[in-house]
Amino acid sequence: MNFKKITLTQKRAFLGLVFILPWLIGFIFLFAAPLIQSIKFSLSDLKVAPGGYELTFIGMKNFHNALFVDANFNRILTESVTEMAWNVPMILFFSLFSAVLLNQKFKGRALARAVFFLPVILASGAIASAQSSGLIQLTGSSEIAKELGEQQNGFDILSLVFLLDNAGLPEFFINYIIDAVMRIYEIIRSSGVQILIFLAALQSVPPAMYEVAKIEGATPYESFWKITFPMVSPLILTNIIYTIIDSFANSTVTETIYTTAFQSQNFGLSAAMSWLYTLVVSLILVIIGVLISRKVFYYN
Amino acid sequence: MASKLLQNEAVVYRLQKTKNKSMEWLWALVRTILIVGISFVILYPIMRQVSVAFKDKMDIYNPTIYMVPINFTLENIKYAMGVLNYWPMLGNTAMFVTATMLLQVISCALAGYGFARFSFPGRNVLFSLVVLTILIPMSTLMVPMYLHFRSFDVLGMINLITGKDGVNLLNTYWPSMITAATANGLKSGLYIYIFRQFFRGLPKEIEESALIDGAGGFRTFFRIMLPNSIPSIVTVGLFAFVWQYNDTFYASLFMSESNLMSIKVASLPANTNQYLPVLLGYGTNPDLRADPNHVSMVVDTGILLAIIPLIAMYLFVQRYFVESVERTGVVG
Repeated sequence: MNFKKITLTQKRAFLGLVFILPWLIGFIFLFAAPLIQSIKFSLSDLKVAPGGYELTFIGMKNFHNALFVDANFNRILTESVTEMAWNVPMILFFSLFSAVLLNQKFKGRALARAVFFLPVILASGAIASAQSSGLIQLTGSSEIAKELGEQQNGFDILSLVFLLDNAGLPEFFINYIIDAVMRIYEIIRSSGVQILIFLAALQSVPPAMYEVAKIEGATPYESFWKITFPMVSPLILTNIIYTIIDSFANSTVTETIYTTAFQSQNFGLSAAMSWLYTLVVSLILVIIGVLISRKVFYYN
Repeated sequence: MASKLLQNEAVVYRLQKTKNKSMEWLWALVRTILIVGISFVILYPIMRQVSVAFKDKMDIYNPTIYMVPINFTLENIKYAMGVLNYWPMLGNTAMFVTATMLLQVISCALAGYGFARFSFPGRNVLFSLVVLTILIPMSTLMVPMYLHFRSFDVLGMINLITGKDGVNLLNTYWPSMITAATANGLKSGLYIYIFRQFFRGLPKEIEESALIDGAGGFRTFFRIMLPNSIPSIVTVGLFAFVWQYNDTFYASLFMSESNLMSIKVASLPANTNQYLPVLLGYGTNPDLRADPNHVSMVVDTGILLAIIPLIAMYLFVQRYFVESVERTGVVG
């Protein structure tokens, strides 16, 4: 029998396939199949019939409708993309900054870390949305709720504006910084996982490097830019990708796609919208990936 | 002359030392302020909710109160629990979330180990498909998945045997269970990635010695590898638990009528508005409405009640990953 004579390599390969088998089954039936079906839906008109559905092929009409007929989709999509482009640098800067802070040795570090990772748990669809709608209930309108929230801040933002203006910063930067300060809670809330990833990267930098730099006379500032930053740069890419995916997962586009499917019952249009959306997201990810991976420094 | 030079040097040395010391001290001060400030921003909403939870109605319009109420009461908690139907729902949610978490940890650990330690044809292609599952937005798969679970059928088997259409699994826990058990659930790609990175970081020698001692592939995995991967199991377990607990997207897609925390919390403000007058004993007269501020108090309390189980759990497991993040496999 030839069966008994398989080599160790073949045996290992077989065992490996057994290990990933649950995932493979799930991938084929619960990811690949729906993905192909979704392409099919986007090219057809779907009618829910008892016990199933009927498809009629209509070509690119759904895509045409999403882009040129639907009043909101274009606007919502561009809004989400600009919002993402606005937010990602803020979140990234804040999470790297916090990770560097939390990586230093000081009293109560464990407590500070526990608090900083708390948003990982609390930044969530259900709780966050109930929190904001709770405030809307209180006042009856979202506009007033927003104003109230700003009032309750008890912080005079105007003095900061004057300070930055006198410092001679261009208007764009002033807008950016002010926005970051005003929405600090939102930024902190969405940077929990990123802090975790950066902190892990910082901890894996060999301490010998810092010792050498110190002996050679480098200031902490220099050693940050010459050692820390290059060493964590691969994780900057990971974090950018994570942040983009995360910001898209909770965006209004997803909501629009959901309501188009389950409230207007227009499944074909919804599938077309989600494919356009997927294309935009992957385009952005590819561009950013190519741009950044050129600059990234890989230690190993 | 020589002694004077020596003295000068001593002065310079002392000056340098004071400068270094004071710089260090100043930085420690700035750091403390920053950390305390950011921690305050994170903790402030929770503190406010705790304060509101124990505040009596009488204190709503008292502007002199900051945080600590004058009249303490447990009424808000009672009302919020009433609106949420708290204990049965919490038990239900905990059961469901724990089950999906366990399934996800097991299936993702298996897949992560398979990708980390075995070489088989097409491994890299398959792993890039795992990354693809992270990148594709879930809204793309939403409609086909919905229709798929509305008439669930494995390769037409049920149709073949009974001649009927597939089983409707919507509003049961099966969709989440099935996706979790096959490592294709909520953010499973990320968990597979974390496990793979972690297993790649473990020394190969322990597996080799297990092989020499006569352990097979599965025995090595369950007896040697899993006990060594507690940090990554805790990380993935915590993520899986928390994200499933909070997930509204899949929950409202597959189980919109289920008794789950995320769904109930999302509809909490509306429900409170509707049921609070009844709980207060106003009857069902539609003209009588509860004070909106009182409603908001009860809603806040309800949110706090929803968060508390998570925070309690976090307190127990945080020590596993807070001080040893680098061992959790988040980074390769």
